[in-house]
Amino acid sequence: MTKYIITAIIVSGCCTAFLRSLPFIAFKGERKMPVWLDKLGQILPSTIMAVLIIYCLKDVGDDFGGIGISKILAVIVVAITYKWKHNTFISIGAGTAFYMLMLYLL
Amino acid sequence: MIQKKALKTAFIKSIPILCSYIFVGIAYGIMMENAGFAWYYSLFASFGVYTGAFQFVLITLMSSGASMVTIALTALLMSSRQTFYSITFLKDFKSMGKRMPYMVLTMSDETYAVNCSLEMNDDKERKDIMFWVAMFSRIYWMAGSVIGGVLGQLIPFELEGIDFCMTALFVTIFIDQWEKTDRHTPALLGIAVGIICLVIFGQGSFMLPALLIASAILIMMQRKEQAE
Repeated sequence: MTKYIITAIIVSGCCTAFLRSLPFIAFKGERKMPVWLDKLGQILPSTIMAVLIIYCLKDVGDDFGGIGISKILAVIVVAITYKWKHNTFISIGAGTAFYMLMLYLL
Repeated sequence: MIQKKALKTAFIKSIPILCSYIFVGIAYGIMMENAGFAWYYSLFASFGVYTGAFQFVLITLMSSGASMVTIALTALLMSSRQTFYSITFLKDFKSMGKRMPYMVLTMSDETYAVNCSLEMNDDKERKDIMFWVAMFSRIYWMAGSVIGGVLGQLIPFELEGIDFCMTALFVTIFIDQWEKTDRHTPALLGIAVGIICLVIFGQGSFMLPALLIASAILIMMQRKEQAE
């Protein structure tokens, strides 16, 4: 088990390190980046973030009256507070507190 | 003296990251602990992997005994955005000498955002601040995961719902990214492809196809735009 956990973390670390250094390996010295890659670099983060949000909300349909509605409302709390204050801390705090409260109440 | 000033500026700039990383780091440590992984594993992962979103997913992967291939593929796909962050700082980091490898390996969503926002007249000062922002952020994250892991052992009651931190973090980053651009197709595409793949492939395995399909569509859309 220990071996499995350590291997998993090392494998993940190597993959992440590889991705982070990739542009530096590929564009060593004076080699220029192709335009399409540069453009993909600008737009891919928002696509990935959207997929990640779907990932977090994947179980909404399982128990809509409990976890489902709580998660959706909590996401709305985060969005509204963030639009209002633009403070990551306040929004994460408010959304999480709201979600935990909803789970407790329902 | 200059170094001290850079340290101070970097700390002030990194306060939002401090709040978010300590908080989310604690949640991560607690989740790891609840899944049966002690605080030193959290510290090891936060030190060696250092990527918020994927570290959370890694808990689920490790709990279900996922294969190394699945773990590697998920890491590669989920952290692919790191590559694009590096692209932005290609020139800056190259000129940072000995600090360059550290800067490359320590980029995150938040440090990326803060370091992009730095506007200093003095280029050397700006790079010093970038370095310290990156360094501080990583320390906050590691500290948070350890605190969470240790607290997870001390707190007797269930902190049900604390994992919502991760969702909240993504929503704030999503809004930031949405506001930065007028082109919302990539974000909307992510939502649409995400939901469609969730329905088709199910909860356990929709991430990989969703990210692959979305990236492929984005590349094709660009090719088409370029051809026109």
